[in-house]
Amino acid sequence: MKTIQISTTVNGDALETLCAPDETLLDVLRNRLGLTGVKEGCGTGDCGACSVTLDGRLVCSCLVLGVEADGAHIGTVEGLADHDHLHPLQRHFIDGAALQCGICTPGILVAAKALLDRNPDPSESEIRYWLAGNLCRCTGYDKIIKAVQSAAAEMRSA
Amino acid sequence: MAFDQNSKRIFKVVGSRPPRPDGVEKVTGRALYGADMTAPGMLSGAILRSPHAHARIVSIDTSAAEALQGVKAVVTSADFGVPDDEFLRDVQDNCMARGKVLYHGHALGAVAATSAAVAKQALALIVVDYEILPHVTDVDAAMRPDAPVVQEGRSLENVGPGLSQNVTSYCEFGHGDLDAGFDQADLIISRSFKTAATHQGYIEPHACLASLSADGRGDLWCCTQGQFFVRTLCAGILGIEASQLRVTASEIGGGFGGKTTVFIEPVALTLARKSGRPVKIVMSREEVFKATGPTVSSSMDIKIGMTREGRITAAQAQLRYQGGAFPCGTVEMGAQAAFAAYDLAAVQTQGWNVLTNRPKEAAYRAPGAPMAIYAVESVVDELCQQLALDPLAVRLMNAAQKGTLSSYGPTFDDIGLRATLEAAQAHPHYSAPLRPNQGRGLSCGFWFNFGGNTCVSLNINTDGTVGITEGNPDIGGSRASISLMAAEELGIPYDKVRTIVADTSSLGYNDVTDGSRVTFSVGLATIEAARSAIKVMCGRAARIWGIEEDAVIWEDGCAKPAGPNAGAFPPMSLAEIAAVSANTGGPIAGHFEVNADGAGVSFGVHLADVEVDPETGATKVLRYTVFQDAGKAVHPDYVEGQMQGGAVQGIGWALNEEYIYGADGRLQNAGFLDYRTPVASDLPNIDTVILEIPNPGHPYGVRGVGETPIVPPLAALSNAVSRAIGVRLNELPMSPPKVLGAIMQRG
Ligand code: FES
Ligand code: FES
Repeated sequence: MKTIQISTTVNGDALETLCAPDETLLDVLRNRLGLTGVKEGCGTGDCGACSVTLDGRLVCSCLVLGVEADGAHIGTVEGLADHDHLHPLQRHFIDGAALQCGICTPGILVAAKALLDRNPDPSESEIRYWLAGNLCRCTGYDKIIKAVQSAAAEMRSA
Repeated sequence: MAFDQNSKRIFKVVGSRPPRPDGVEKVTGRALYGADMTAPGMLSGAILRSPHAHARIVSIDTSAAEALQGVKAVVTSADFGVPDDEFLRDVQDNCMARGKVLYHGHALGAVAATSAAVAKQALALIVVDYEILPHVTDVDAAMRPDAPVVQEGRSLENVGPGLSQNVTSYCEFGHGDLDAGFDQADLIISRSFKTAATHQGYIEPHACLASLSADGRGDLWCCTQGQFFVRTLCAGILGIEASQLRVTASEIGGGFGGKTTVFIEPVALTLARKSGRPVKIVMSREEVFKATGPTVSSSMDIKIGMTREGRITAAQAQLRYQGGAFPCGTVEMGAQAAFAAYDLAAVQTQGWNVLTNRPKEAAYRAPGAPMAIYAVESVVDELCQQLALDPLAVRLMNAAQKGTLSSYGPTFDDIGLRATLEAAQAHPHYSAPLRPNQGRGLSCGFWFNFGGNTCVSLNINTDGTVGITEGNPDIGGSRASISLMAAEELGIPYDKVRTIVADTSSLGYNDVTDGSRVTFSVGLATIEAARSAIKVMCGRAARIWGIEEDAVIWEDGCAKPAGPNAGAFPPMSLAEIAAVSANTGGPIAGHFEVNADGAGVSFGVHLADVEVDPETGATKVLRYTVFQDAGKAVHPDYVEGQMQGGAVQGIGWALNEEYIYGADGRLQNAGFLDYRTPVASDLPNIDTVILEIPNPGHPYGVRGVGETPIVPPLAALSNAVSRAIGVRLNELPMSPPKVLGAIMQRG
């Protein structure tokens, strides 16, 4: 299959890459652009580990084709921190022990940020339903939900 | 290693909740997991898997695959030897079928190619001629004498007559006179139970990157719970020396017992040897479900007698576990754990391990215990209901305690069961009101815990910081706990310590991260390594001061003269001693090696409130509280995390999760869509209460905490649902159709 050239903006950086017509955005990000913070847990849209934003919309990058990123703005976990200044969600995840193995964390952080961008003051059940597409097998979600709540509170008071 | 008896110890840093050292890497996406590593010239490996549940491999023709442009190696069992050791042979045969495929998804060939797409194409070109054989996937069916035989000649002599060869082993535990016990009972209940196989469900699929040069030197990067055990298995299978194979554990995206063995690693090494290039294999989620470790599924009979007052007079369990296509020893764990929570005069458990055409069972958090304890705790609850007794009071009346002869042999030392039950009884959750269609269930849980082979080396750097090298992958914050214990012992701040997980060439053998052993054993070895470094530092101070070594003590991170007679010298801090170490005898380090015992058993009690929708049979968990004895919680956040995570895995097991097989013996739900693990919106907060009854076998009193919490949810939820709908349920998972069926039958 012939590869196609795409131009995309990832975490604010303009990038060019080649990709096969049937290659997923997840594979393009991980294998061609070296953004291994984006994780693959299932490849079928069921775990949310590969969550990224595509022009601001939260998507499973395993369900998006690489070619769809042409001309789009992609946001991944690698773009959350401002240099060495962590995003409040990242800080609260560490301080609140909201990760054990950490494999689900990149996807959950991206998803949680997309929620707070829309709704700075979500209820507990809004957070639980928003994150229902992100599986975590280690934590039982308790500390994740609490970390999102405390990050949101800090962001509102900032 | 005895508990420090002077320990009315006030801990300075142990018990605090500092940020974990690997936190920033993990929230920024920089941490490298199994699939995140690459090597120059790397090939993509892919594995051919059986479409059949059971078949003889008549022939495999790989010539077309080999001829495909971009294919660099194709391997089958012909490229492996046949290990003499039976255990190793089973591990290898599970990685690459020899002669027969034993389950749907069993590997029987592999290719390495210049891209994943080419590798996939090549798999489709491998031609296999199968002779399909009859199969069996149900444990009870597999035990019948006329059942299809999965493997010949694997049955041990202690298996009685009249059973299929699929029954590989038998075990029995207990004491006392059962008949006399049952005679004293006012009520005897006998019930049969079934539980489905579940999967650990770690979010990170297995992944590895292997290289192996012609001179037999190899490197392997993989996500594993135990790099040293991976080395043992791979070196054995490939016939190379352990020293020549360096295994590095990546960050690990969950394991829960399922990453304690090998699946793809020997295959990747064999492909690397044949192709002369590094080979990376990453499993798909479908492969993870089909070919890596689910738990056993079980069929069980329980009989318990109780007096009107609630005293258990006799208890009996018969447990039948199928562990897939290879012999396992899991029923022994269940048979020993089943009645551990009770002080019983007469008890007997019997267990049978059984082969079926399913994937080889792998450990999953407290392997073997959850199902047995589910069945026992269900019957205890039903007895309480029928005798109108309070289920917590009955547990307390019968609870095992220090001095109790346990149902599996040993006599208990200090244990926290009674304290845990009392905490549950006093908790507001236990007396909160319930509404119609709601029910409350409780269950005790137990795990033995484990110590094992452990090495730690601790280096005092010349700037006063400390580096710890340990050999167990950090699966949920253990680097933080180990740093805390080192900081505590040395008397320095937590952030002066850095703990790293070493590869197999950098440290002596460490057992796998399993059995809830790491915080206990590695912690113990770290404390002892720190003590040996302290001894050296005291010696250096003595030398500087010109006094006897035993006239120096270590206190608050400093060497000090032991008393006025020793001389008047100002204390020297760790940093001060380290700074001049080059002049006082050279670098300062401590190390400790042990095969640790004294892990100290762990008990927990869970309370669950549920509401069952009478229209659909769907169960909603409304409130959940976990009570557990941690001995000493080194980093309470991560102790709570184990309690919460284990509880939710148990909730999934109780309500949704199961391996579903068709009549053709094929797995029908090999994906997260149809194998449904709990999601955030299914759950309430999971409240936790940590009890601290020191473990006599650890200097700080630490007990492992990781496994026990998966045990109680099965019965806690079954008891809650049964009380909510007014019918006893005897099968897991309690999926909505089953619960609805029970409601309809009740009328
Ligand atoms: S990898 Fe995309 S949803 Fe699981
Ligand atoms: S922290 Fe391991 S899957 Fe979420």
